[in-house]
Order: sequence, then structure tokens, then C-alpha cells
Amino acid sequence: MRLQNIINKVSKEERITFDEACFLYEDGDFYELGKLADEIRRKKHPNNIVTYVVDRNINYSNICVCGCKFCAFYRPPNDPSGYVITFEELDKKIEETIQLGGTQILLQGSLHPDLKLDFYIEMLSHIKQKYPQIHIHGFSPPEIVHFSKINNLSIEQILQRLIDAGLDSIPGGGAEILVDRVRKEVSPNKCTADEWLYVMEIAHNLGLKTTATMMFGHRETKKERILHLIKLRELQDKTKGFTAFIPWGFQPDNTRLKARKVTSVEYLRTLAISRIVLDNFQNIQVSWVTMGSEIAQLALFFGGNDFGSTMIEENVVAATGVKFRMSIEQIRKHIKDAGFIPKQRKMDYTIIE
Amino acid sequence: MIKKIKDYKLENVYKKIINGERITVSEAKEIYNCPDPKVIGYLAHLVRKKLHSNITTYVLNQHINYTNICVNRCKFCAFSREKDQDGAFELTISQIKRKIEENINEPIREIHIVGGCHPHFGLDYYVDMIKELKRLRPNATLKCFTAVEIHHIAKISNLSVKDVLIKLKHAGLDMMPGGGAEIFDSEIRRKICPEKISGEKWLEIIETAHSLGIKTNCTMLFGHIESVEHRIHHLDKLRRLQDKTNGFICFIPLPFLTKNSRLKIKNEISGIEKLKTIALARIMLDNIPHIKSYWIMLGLKLAQAALYFGANDFDGTVVEEKIGHMAGATSPNVLARKELEDMITGCGFKPVQRDGLFRFVSQ
Repeated sequence: MRLQNIINKVSKEERITFDEACFLYEDGDFYELGKLADEIRRKKHPNNIVTYVVDRNINYSNICVCGCKFCAFYRPPNDPSGYVITFEELDKKIEETIQLGGTQILLQGSLHPDLKLDFYIEMLSHIKQKYPQIHIHGFSPPEIVHFSKINNLSIEQILQRLIDAGLDSIPGGGAEILVDRVRKEVSPNKCTADEWLYVMEIAHNLGLKTTATMMFGHRETKKERILHLIKLRELQDKTKGFTAFIPWGFQPDNTRLKARKVTSVEYLRTLAISRIVLDNFQNIQVSWVTMGSEIAQLALFFGGNDFGSTMIEENVVAATGVKFRMSIEQIRKHIKDAGFIPKQRKMDYTIIE
Repeated sequence: MIKKIKDYKLENVYKKIINGERITVSEAKEIYNCPDPKVIGYLAHLVRKKLHSNITTYVLNQHINYTNICVNRCKFCAFSREKDQDGAFELTISQIKRKIEENINEPIREIHIVGGCHPHFGLDYYVDMIKELKRLRPNATLKCFTAVEIHHIAKISNLSVKDVLIKLKHAGLDMMPGGGAEIFDSEIRRKICPEKISGEKWLEIIETAHSLGIKTNCTMLFGHIESVEHRIHHLDKLRRLQDKTNGFICFIPLPFLTKNSRLKIKNEISGIEKLKTIALARIMLDNIPHIKSYWIMLGLKLAQAALYFGANDFDGTVVEEKIGHMAGATSPNVLARKELEDMITGCGFKPVQRDGLFRFVSQ
């Protein structure tokens, strides 16, 4: 009875509470969750379009003082395989991206102990000067918080300087689970949940669009996943600055955090409940990088409306041994095969073609 | 979901499924044409739930391929070799014995043995193999030799299929795997496996096996050059034979893997079509108890989703799989029992261990 009431509420496009979302996530069956999410998705995107972006992940460094247990990418300072990218390498990667029809780069790194703000300002200015057409989607909130600390500047000051130098938007990484109990266990040195949300709020206020992510399937409970969604929804009510939400399952291989691998069924259920709870988010991205193209296709029937990025280069998930690769043609074919119309988009979700 | 079912005009088949009535060939086509995979999955799940409630079975098993030398050179096969070709192999009985002994401490309950149609091995080789396996593994179901191999052994030994089956059964054969069925349609078979026995022959051999009390599985290789109609026709043939013999235990849908095959196709089948086909099989094969989600060929993630598209079995630990991997499968080669159980639980089902004949194994 209670379940039916919640289902009716969702069908009538009414907002559901934390408790209702927990109940629906726990007790709603696979098909019902998918159906509800699918209906919302089709109302928000009635034209049957599935979007994707052509971009490249550029990881400017892997030297990191954060040391998150779930990460297979980072290297501690003084590790022989640590690196910081040179501008020559950066240029080469951007030129390849442009040649492949790319419109943006995802510029993310690590919490480097010594690089000061000038380094990043210079990097942004360099890119913008040489490649003004490239959209720079860069620096997740943990990086911004780190910059703030080591430069003795406020979050606002850091963001404003980065914006002035050419930063266009902020990726939603580092959110993991926005509950400090969980963060203490899996990423004790990373910014707190409130800090993450604060960076996003300030960024939105300064006119930057951002995305939001959730990495689930490690130490968090199902309720904590829902709490994560609710926190995002509350901030979005205030700022309207999130363009999309991207949930993905933790990939435990090569990491120090032991966990059972998230199944595709759990992924689809989580994607669906995200679509249902985040009623003020326009876009939900499917994760072919972690789930493979076939589950990504199925996810388009469980609330997803965006196929994410072509990922000309991806290093962080690949470090866990999960290596799916796709060309633009393959992405388009997968979208078409699932019964949708593929359209290339920009970071702000405006359609290019 | 009922509203969705109505939207797609599948109310009639929904009612039939609820009442346990048989879905016709033309209704099967209607179901397949539904653009929302969730609806088809839901219908298949109704059948699955009725038969198996919340249980998903798995088996601790070992695969052994005794040879890849094969007189048939099916175009879709990346496993077979000519006698003197690079990569050709044939195992002696003592080599097979060693493979079993290497894993003797594992409580394996199913031995799956298939191989090429070897040009010289006579019936003695197969009988000796079965006897040795039975001696080493008295508690495992010996699931050996497809209908295609049985036909070949009979030919090479100048014996009838029936006599071969009787001899093998006497030696200890418990059941037969379902391979070699491919797609029954003769036109398609001519194009993808011209040297292989016909669909009729396959069904005839299986019928003989069933009449001798040898249970078998059955398969379908799909996603190559066949149409959906060919798949439905194939499923219908299986269902008709099952009405007669009741000898099939499990149906295994096998998606064609293009990577290393000599059969080149333009459009690889999508994951959604694979799931729809599995679901359709569950809905049509109302008289075959089990549908396997064969992770070797589907990949783990899709195989997990298939449990909501009609499948109720996750196959097994599979020590040393060769055929799918030589075809380009990217799944792992072996899974630990705990991983299997965790996956099944993670998908929302109760894992239960079975043997080759799908009898529950008490733990």
C-alpha cells in the first residue's frame, strides 16, 4: 500500500521525500523503478534524443596527497611513476581532441602538494590562448578546496581567478558519497561533504555550470546513497547550476578498498532511483565506461538520457582494470540500436549538430 | 507495468502468460517487436517467477575441450582447426585425466565435455574417457558430447546413433550438452555451417537420446545472419520436441561473437536484442524448465541483467573455457564460487548450487 502511494506520487510528478525514496529504492521492483524513471526521462526529453559529448580526459598529474582507498590512479609524492604534464604534452592531447571533432577537455588531476595556483592559472591561460574554441571542464571540488588551502585564498577567490583564466565549468567528481561517515572511511583526506557542496554552490553563484556524480557500492548504505541524492536536490533548488548527474559503481580492482563488485542490476536500480529523486536535474548520464556499452544501452530505458563522453582518453577507471573503449561511430550506433536519435552536445547540453 | 503492457497492446499475451497458456509463433513476434525491453523482461519474469521464484542456480563445473581438430569448418567457429594447422590440439585420455586431477580438491558437480569432430578418434576413445571421468568424479554429472559429435562418432565407428548412445550411457554418460543446434533453418545453416548435420538430424539424435533416458540441454546461436523469425522458428521446434520427449532440462541462448570468426556480419546484435531474445525464449519455452544466463558468452554485466529477462541459472565456475574465448569473449576464464554467489545476491536473487541435472546440491 505504502509502495503504491509512492508510485502514484511519482507518476503524478510530485516530489518524494527521503523516507519515500528509501522505501521505493528498497522495495520497488526492477521493472517498476525502471518504468517510473523512464516516464520522467521521456517527459523531460520527449524528442527521443540521446546526447553525447566528444571530449578527452586529461589528467594533469597523478601525484596526490589525498590517498583515497578506492583510487588506483594516484601516486604518492616521490613515487617514481608520478608525473606532472608538460604544456607540450597538453597541446598534443588537445590537438588530437580537436582533430577528432572534440569540443571540450575534462582537466582533472590530483591534490598535488607543491603546485601553486599560478601553475593552474598559467595552464588555463595557455590553453585558452592557443585553443580558444576548447571548453575547459576542469578541477573537481576536492581540487578547488586543496588549492584554497595551500594558497591561503578563499574558495571564491580561487574560483574567480580560475574563471578569469579561462575555466568554463566544473566536473562533479570527488562527490563519492556526500556523507562524512562514509568519506572518513574511504577518503579520509578528501574535502567534507559540506565543502564539496559549498564549492559547487559558489561556482554556481559565480555563473559556472557543473555536473554532479556519485560513486556507490563501497562502504555506504542504501540510505546514504539516497541522502546523497537529496543533498544534491536541495542545492539544485537553490542554484539551478547542475547540468547533469552521473552515478557509477565502484570498481574495486587494484584498489585498497575491498568490496563486492556492483552488479548491473544494482547499477540500473540506482540510476532509476536517481532519475526519480533528482526531479530538478535535466540530465542523467549513463556510464558505459564502468558498465560497458550493452548495459549503458539498457540504462537508456532506466532513466538515462545522455551517453556521456567518447573518452578519447581515460585513465582513472582504466587504472582499475576496467577498459571499455568507444569511437564516436560506435557511440552513435549504440544509441541508434537502442532506438534513440544520437546528437552531439556541448558541456551545457546545447546540441551541436 | 500493466499500463505499459496495455500501451504496447500486449494485454492478450499478458493474460495468456498469467494463465499459463502457450504463446503462438505470431504472438512471439508481437512480443519481440515491443520497443521497450523492460516490458518483455517483465513478461519473461512472470514465467520465471512461477517456475523458480527467487532462486538463481549455479554449478561448480569444469569444462574440458578434448580436441579442436574438426572435420566441420563452421564459419562462425573460431575454435576449430585442421589436423596439422597451427594451434591444433588433441588430448589423450591421460591428459584429460590430469586436467581432472588438477582440480580434484574442488567439489565440482558437473563436467562439461565437448570437442571437434575428430577425423580418427573411434568410439573406444570416448568410452574410455567417460569411464575414466566416472571413476575420478563419481559425484559429478558427466555432460558430454553434443548431438553433432555423437553423429560423427557413429559415422566413424560404423554404428548407429542409438548404439553409440547406449555404449556411452553404459560407460557412465549422464547427460548431453545442447550445442550444435545453432539455428535450425536449413538456408541459414547452409551459409554458416554447411558441413554440420541438419537441424532435423540434430533433433532426431536428441530425440533418440531422450528415448534412451539421456537428458540433454539445448541451445540457439543467434545474432549472426538469421532473422527474428528464424529464432522463433527454432524455439518452436525445441518446444515441439519437448512436448514429445520431455528430455530437455535447460535452454542456453548463445549470442554470436564476431571478433575472431570467419563469418563476417554487418550489424552486430545489440545488448538489448540479446536480452529480448533470452526473454522471448523464456516466454515461448513453457515446457523447458531452465534458461541459462551464460556469462562466458554474454559477459558478466549483461548476464546479470539477463536474470531479469527470463534466465534462472548463472552457469558456473567454468574452469578453462576455450570455445567462447577463442571467439573473442572478454569474460574471465574462471569465477570463484563466492564471486558467483555474491553476484546472484547482488542481483536480488537467492543463490542455490545445482548439479548438471539441475538437482539442488545440499551444502
